[in-house]
Amino acid sequence: MDLTFSKQQFAFRMEAREWLEANVPEEKLKSFDTEDGFRQHREWEAKLNEGRWGMVTWPEELGGRGCDLIEWLVFEEEYYRAGAPLRVNQNGIFLLGPTLMEYGTEAQKARFLPKMATGEEIWCQGWSEPNAGSDMAAIRSRAELDGDHYVINGQKTWSTRAVWADWCFGMFRTDPESERHRGLTFILVPLDSPGITVRPIPQLDGLPGFAEIFFDDVRVPVDCRLGAEGEGWSVAMATAGFERGLLLRSPARFQETARRLVDLYATHRDSADRDPGVKAAVMQAWLDAEAYCLTTYQTACRMMAGGKIGAEASTNKIFWSELDQAMHAAAMSILGARAELWPHAPDAGDVGGWLDGWLFAQSGPIYAGTNEIQRNIIAERMLGMPR
Amino acid sequence: MHFDFTEDQRLFRDSVRNFLRSEITSERVRGLWESGPDTALWSQLVELGLTGVTVPEEHGGLGMDELDFVLLAEQCGYVALPEPLVHTALVAVPTLKEIGGGLAATWLPRVAAGDALVLVGLAGWVEDGDRAQLLLLERGGELHAVDPDAAELRANASVDPSRRLFTVRFNSAAEAIAGTAVVGAARDRGALGAAAQSLGLAQRMVDMAVAYTGERKQFGKPVGSFQAVKHHMANVAVRLEYARAPVYRAAWSLANGHPRAALHVSQAKLAACEAAALAAKNCIQAHGAMGYTWEVDLHIYMKKAWALAGAWGDTGFHKQRVSDALFEDKLPIGAGATF
Repeated sequence: MDLTFSKQQFAFRMEAREWLEANVPEEKLKSFDTEDGFRQHREWEAKLNEGRWGMVTWPEELGGRGCDLIEWLVFEEEYYRAGAPLRVNQNGIFLLGPTLMEYGTEAQKARFLPKMATGEEIWCQGWSEPNAGSDMAAIRSRAELDGDHYVINGQKTWSTRAVWADWCFGMFRTDPESERHRGLTFILVPLDSPGITVRPIPQLDGLPGFAEIFFDDVRVPVDCRLGAEGEGWSVAMATAGFERGLLLRSPARFQETARRLVDLYATHRDSADRDPGVKAAVMQAWLDAEAYCLTTYQTACRMMAGGKIGAEASTNKIFWSELDQAMHAAAMSILGARAELWPHAPDAGDVGGWLDGWLFAQSGPIYAGTNEIQRNIIAERMLGMPR
Repeated sequence: MHFDFTEDQRLFRDSVRNFLRSEITSERVRGLWESGPDTALWSQLVELGLTGVTVPEEHGGLGMDELDFVLLAEQCGYVALPEPLVHTALVAVPTLKEIGGGLAATWLPRVAAGDALVLVGLAGWVEDGDRAQLLLLERGGELHAVDPDAAELRANASVDPSRRLFTVRFNSAAEAIAGTAVVGAARDRGALGAAAQSLGLAQRMVDMAVAYTGERKQFGKPVGSFQAVKHHMANVAVRLEYARAPVYRAAWSLANGHPRAALHVSQAKLAACEAAALAAKNCIQAHGAMGYTWEVDLHIYMKKAWALAGAWGDTGFHKQRVSDALFEDKLPIGAGATF
């Protein structure tokens, strides 16, 4: 065991830090759930790509740096430390990208990956349907083969950033006789196709962060199919594995929230200590953020040595989502009577972005497989309890 | 950056695990509760070289460190080993090494050879004090080497019958042999040992509850198939999964003299004891009324977890250290500040 960074890892950290310090926009970008903000974030993706900092884990020939998981964690630490913008194309670069590299044809990789990297094409997901949420295998949206096209009919929902995204990847039922996870196919769909209607859904903050997507005889070329027909479930599970894995929720984000929380408490200590539970919550936030970081490094080292993340990945989703909620709850307690105010309210003072974070934290235990589903997975597949 | 154990460390862990699981059954633990300490078991541990794991090679030991032993301590927890092995390897031996000189040269070979038991007592308490040949006792922040015959020991029954606790008084003329730094290091190593054992105890309780709820049927099916029961177990699995890395990191920091090792130990102790406390709470619930009986084995592990929570620095002690680091020392924190 050696818990120090190598010279190369340290040099990589410094290189990232230097670039980020020089390039992270001084003024915070608008929310990517607004049209202007979406455009700003798309431009930021292009800038990251120019500096070869967009997809550091991608291979060099695709504009990445071929980083291993430790370098990825280091990069994320620098990224969040620098206060850099959120990743508007995270569904593309972190979820679909790796899946394309694993399952895509050479032609598909050449067609999709470069434009994903530049932010020219922003991706959203098409998993959930009105009657297929936690029970994802209940998908009913159809894709029917007609010559060299699929004809898609149906409805997807809770599709994050679909309002301004360019492409959608999702699962559709190609075998009408099939049930559950059989007969599903993974298909990539351009959102400007005739027959597509995107209906924005405002989130708790009032902004259209996700949407419903309606498919009405949408024709998609067969070469937009990822993997074999009827094999969509296993392709999608690879995506879900990545989603629950290290790429999307590396610890840096939570460590930065914990740091801001400690600062917030220190600044407001006199009023915060009137509730004796607050200090305990702030300390627990830091302890848990550190535990998340330590465990992630340990897992990353195990994976680099050839190990796989199994059902224990489900502990990860529960841990960070509940941590995020707890940290924001503590911040709301510290802010007290001002916690309800938006930062742009004229007399809000220094409330900062905690309210936004608090609202967003409510979604963590729900999206990407509810925490109840994760607990079932842990109990059944990790602990071996009866179904 | 290599956050993993070596193949050798894992193989050693596996061989000790196999020995402990076949020898230290719950029946044997219950037997030892009745009979008191048994020289046969200690002899077995000595034969395996376990009392000398951390003793330097020149004194007849294996010359290993806290990191090598932490995985073994976890396994000792899994079987609720009713012998002061973790204390010997993680507290007594390193303390003797730090004191050095003639005391170390005299006692370390005897500890490795199993000829003597040396135990450290802080704040007026010592475990298994009546069995020791040498006591290293703290008073007023200083450590004293005390002949057990010259000390006055009074037995105090613990909720965990394996923990044979004594208050101790000794002659005020005894000369101090070490100061606060050695005392603090002893407490931290004891806390690491308690944390590692708590990981093993939590795992054992989960394994027992999963097995029990897989067999126990109500409403025509195993109670473990009900989500309410599953989620109790999953919640323990989550806390346990995120308690391990802090414990291993604390072991590495102690072994490598990291300047923040003491804080790392507190993080480890808090995380592991919290996981074990949740394991006890949820696993007794999963066992239903059976979990509240003396007959079912769960309490062997539950009680040790409860006892260790307050040992080697209680929750308040370790939280105070976290609080001081965060709010008084202004420890640099945030992304990139962990290692």
